[in-house]
Amino acid sequence: MDTSAMILFVQTILSATWRLATPMIYASIGEVFTERSGVLNIGLEGFMLLGAFAGFAVAYFTGSLALGILGAVLCGLIFGLLFALFTVTIKANQIVVGAAFNLIGRGLTGFLYRAWFVNKAQGVQAFPPIDIPYLNAIPFLGPVLFRHNILVYCTVPLMLIAGFVLYKTAFGLAVRSVGEHPKAADTAGVSVSLIRYAGVLIGTTLTSLGGAYLTLAHTNQFVEGITTGRGFIALAVVVFGRWSPKGAFWSSLLFGLFYALQLRLQAIANITIPYQFLQALPYVMTLLTLILLRGRAISPKALGVPYQKSA
Amino acid sequence: MNDPSRETTMTMQERSVARPGMCLLPKAVLRIAPRLLAMISPIAAIVLALFISMLLLIAAGYNPARAYTVMWQGAFGDLRAISEVLIKATPLILIGSGLAVAFRCSIWNIGAEGQFYAGAVGATIVGIFITSLPSYLMIPLVLLVGTLLGALWGMLAGYLRVRFNANEIVTTIMLNYIAIIGTGYLVTGPLMDPAGGKYPQTARIVEAAMLPRFLPPTRLHIGFIIALIVAVILYLLIFKTSIGYAIRTVGINPVTARYAGIHVERHVLLAMAISGGAAGLAGAIEVAGISFRLYQQISPGYGFEGIAVALLANNHPLGIILSGILFGALRSGAEVMQISAKVPSVLVFVIQGLVILCVVAFGLYRLHSRWEPRPEKE
Amino acid sequence: MSPETILRMENIVKTFPGVIANDHINFEVYQGEVHCLLGENGAGKTVLMSILYGLYQPDAGRIYYKGRPITIRSPRDAIRHRIGMVHQHFMLVPTLTVLENLILGQYPFFRILNNLDHVAQKIRAMSEEFGLNVDPYAICGELSVGEQQRVEILKALYHGADLLVLDEPTAVLTPQETSQLLTFLRRLAEKGLTIIFITHKLEEVMMVSDRVTVLRQGKVVATVNTAETNPRELAKMMVGRPVLMELPRTRCAPGEVVLSVRDLHVLDARGLPAVKGVSFDVRANEVVGIAGVSGNGQTELALAIAGLAPVSHGSIHLCGQDVTHLSPRARSQLGMAHIPEDRHGMGVILPFTVAENFILHDYYRPPFAVQQFLQQRAILSYAWELARKFDVRLAHVEESFVHLSGGNQQKAVVARELARRPRFLLVNQPTRGIDVGATEYVLQQILAQRDAGAAVLLISTELEELFAVSDRILVMYEGQIMGEVPPNKELIEDVGLMMAGKSPKSDISSWKPAPRQEIVCEQPIACETIIEDTGDKEKPV
Repeated sequence: MDTSAMILFVQTILSATWRLATPMIYASIGEVFTERSGVLNIGLEGFMLLGAFAGFAVAYFTGSLALGILGAVLCGLIFGLLFALFTVTIKANQIVVGAAFNLIGRGLTGFLYRAWFVNKAQGVQAFPPIDIPYLNAIPFLGPVLFRHNILVYCTVPLMLIAGFVLYKTAFGLAVRSVGEHPKAADTAGVSVSLIRYAGVLIGTTLTSLGGAYLTLAHTNQFVEGITTGRGFIALAVVVFGRWSPKGAFWSSLLFGLFYALQLRLQAIANITIPYQFLQALPYVMTLLTLILLRGRAISPKALGVPYQKSA
Repeated sequence: MNDPSRETTMTMQERSVARPGMCLLPKAVLRIAPRLLAMISPIAAIVLALFISMLLLIAAGYNPARAYTVMWQGAFGDLRAISEVLIKATPLILIGSGLAVAFRCSIWNIGAEGQFYAGAVGATIVGIFITSLPSYLMIPLVLLVGTLLGALWGMLAGYLRVRFNANEIVTTIMLNYIAIIGTGYLVTGPLMDPAGGKYPQTARIVEAAMLPRFLPPTRLHIGFIIALIVAVILYLLIFKTSIGYAIRTVGINPVTARYAGIHVERHVLLAMAISGGAAGLAGAIEVAGISFRLYQQISPGYGFEGIAVALLANNHPLGIILSGILFGALRSGAEVMQISAKVPSVLVFVIQGLVILCVVAFGLYRLHSRWEPRPEKE
Repeated sequence: MSPETILRMENIVKTFPGVIANDHINFEVYQGEVHCLLGENGAGKTVLMSILYGLYQPDAGRIYYKGRPITIRSPRDAIRHRIGMVHQHFMLVPTLTVLENLILGQYPFFRILNNLDHVAQKIRAMSEEFGLNVDPYAICGELSVGEQQRVEILKALYHGADLLVLDEPTAVLTPQETSQLLTFLRRLAEKGLTIIFITHKLEEVMMVSDRVTVLRQGKVVATVNTAETNPRELAKMMVGRPVLMELPRTRCAPGEVVLSVRDLHVLDARGLPAVKGVSFDVRANEVVGIAGVSGNGQTELALAIAGLAPVSHGSIHLCGQDVTHLSPRARSQLGMAHIPEDRHGMGVILPFTVAENFILHDYYRPPFAVQQFLQQRAILSYAWELARKFDVRLAHVEESFVHLSGGNQQKAVVARELARRPRFLLVNQPTRGIDVGATEYVLQQILAQRDAGAAVLLISTELEELFAVSDRILVMYEGQIMGEVPPNKELIEDVGLMMAGKSPKSDISSWKPAPRQEIVCEQPIACETIIEDTGDKEKPV
């Protein structure tokens, strides 16, 4: 491949990386808040599917993308409340509840999709890419960074705001304490339940938003199982990013890179790997990153343990 | 994510106390004989789940009465229907029993799906390429290889956890995708049936490897009997053997397990091996008893359904026989429901998820993965 | 000047499933006094104060503060009323700094936390005023136990407490630190604060309080002026009968060396050195006590000897065999028994039945398991016999272990370990959190084991206990043995100094052995060779 084609190739990979990472950025930053408050939500895949479907359905029936986004957010809130009810109030085993939500997400979206959409196979008018003037003319980086749709751009302010909230506000301080030592937070007057509800809701809402990205921006329609495991990969991203929004952002980009490579490597003429090997790449890389981490990451101490006041 | 149960002694002392959580049932109801209630509550959970799904059906514009009638007919209408239920229950009972072992060891094996595929692949390869053995040798060989491959696939995740502290929820899920993709590669590549006209499937396995049917004219095969036997064996293992004692101890408190001299890592690997092996056996039985060849979507989600099956029966293999049959009925009925009443069969996943939530809401099962000390009353 | 009542708790009732923790308690505290709440473990002191602090809600009763009835629904309310509490188990988030811990819960959620220098300044000022020596930017998890306690106190003062409740604050302090704390509390009282001090230690009550309320089994026994009472009377009120450590002051002729520890180095959970070169022997027919404030390496020492923590340097020999890197099971097969410090977290499986807990170490071999299968009848009969022999009160050996009372649970653990006729018994804080009756029983059993030929290593923070039971006492400080002391009560101050890392005040050569009666004990239990070493190398817990 000659130089200009190579440059173009790298550019497309990098550009695709950010786009492909976007749903995971939303989901993992959300899950950072959830896990930092001490709740483990393995149902992210289900929430992402729900958000993808809700966003699509609302946008389809109303013709408005903004309402579609709103629909996804509401969906994340409502189901998130249900999840929090089971994990924080009923104090059930969080893994069991997460597994249930994965099933419900998959079943509900599949069911409604087939009931409402299967014979109407049209898409929605998806979010268009927004060219940022002047900046997109920068050589090499211009097309990579500045020709994305708004949901992709929003990931950066999201990371910054999330970091600010988590480390520089009283709310973030409360979240961090509840996940480490809920009893201490409780005696200091912080409502553990309230903070955990908030943590869960932030997580599920952002995850649903990440799912909506898939059907409203990345593609323009809903397909059953459109998330293909991104919700689970987001769990690994949180660990890899050491439970910080910035870490989650950059780790998501890394996994986005794996996805991008998987899709584009076939374009290189002299590589004849069966496409399934590339298809498995993100999952294999997830395994490898977990191996490399070797459990060195220290999770929030109270993660996964329901808090019971001894009363 | 570090497993919280792997903490040091000191931290546990400082921990907040978690007793079995809230229950949504009124206290009056709870005072009735707890054992009786424990048996009724799964049924109540199913009823409630079906009720909520009924609301969903109405909302989506379907006729729930028709849907459920067809579902019932589809599951229990005649001998053939019942046999189909038992056929579908077979992998669920196997996977569920295996998961019961893992879950009792507090190993969250979400990878039964991938282990199923691994077993199916192994059984297919043996079934296609070993052609000169008689039936009474071939069948055990096929099933054994399937079990072994499933066990290895499970142990891989177990090894990653033991050696690298890699969270098994994520690793088993990743291994699921890898196994499914790998199967796809095999059936479109090396193992593709040369005489099959480019369909993504393998050739048929030899006749000697096919599981005999014992209830003609139905498709019910001895795999069902094998599943029942395995469930009983695993029940005995968990509750009546010293290995089971050790596994349960590790699952409740690995610190105490170490104190008791139990080799925690070994039992984690063993639990994953048993769990993966059972799922692999299920995959082998599916190939040898029903499909007679390997193709891409050979499992419609048995690995995930198995989780619900195990949890519904509180990780007790004998109860899993019942919950496996129940879920088999649900799925069988749902398939017929899709054909006759045009209701999408994926509704079944919703019902399963709701069942889990209802069981949890009734709070009668100790669904916490670990036990915490009681408050020190001073 | 007539005393003004600052707090009155009237007819407080609080029950938990199966137990009445507070039974119509009437409790009154005067402004500016130091008032002790005295009682055994389980008497209801912490529950009462937790109600005051809003952690529990009373089933009945009222609280009057500064003359007005108040309801305290949460710690936030208590803090608002200027009630502060220093808990037994610190309520500090270890990953946060002192400053962050202090402002936790103080601001509305939307408050942005930049420019906190003025808060740090205020903390430093308060710290100096009260002589607490706290650095606002220190990370709490990295502070020593004593420092953390000072942070807890500062936290209460920072939140403007007029009434300060301390729950067993001296459990983690050396005798010197304890007297420092008590002096500090008196000074606070002089400044106008009111102090409620929960304890079960009689000397502290006499040293610091103006009045004392004695609780027993959830009821108030009496409230008296400290000046008008004495320890014996208080003890009688506390337990309802005269307390004597009814333990025989005897001694055996020590036999051969059973446990030999040489230059042992062990790292703690964070990878820092906790045991820094410890050497000692324990002989058959002998109880060696290890004294020290918790946190000086005793936990790691015990875990290393038990095989539950890796040894970074040095050796451990049991019955002449090098067990330094052998598994806990191998050591168990050689004849070691271990009563762990953390009964619930390490010693038992709470959801299992009592019988299942009894076979915890030997579940895999005959008679409890034959060819991998558990033998129910053998297990049950063994369990019944154990319960009978060691006086474990239960309804049925197949009931869940959780249903046993705290004292009976510990008796069950003791029963399990001692019934195995160990050659070497490792006991760590055996009487923590259990009532006097069970305490006496457990200590008697330990002595009985010694008389029967075992070698015993007793690690405890309770000096009384060590002095009553040990034949020799080793004092541990910061991972090293500071010296050996005979269990002579006259030397208690020297022990206290050594526990704090200082040299004893009297001359070692002048130390007399404790008066003990020589008795004839059974022959030491013979050491067998190990049956089978499976060579399991355990990872650190």
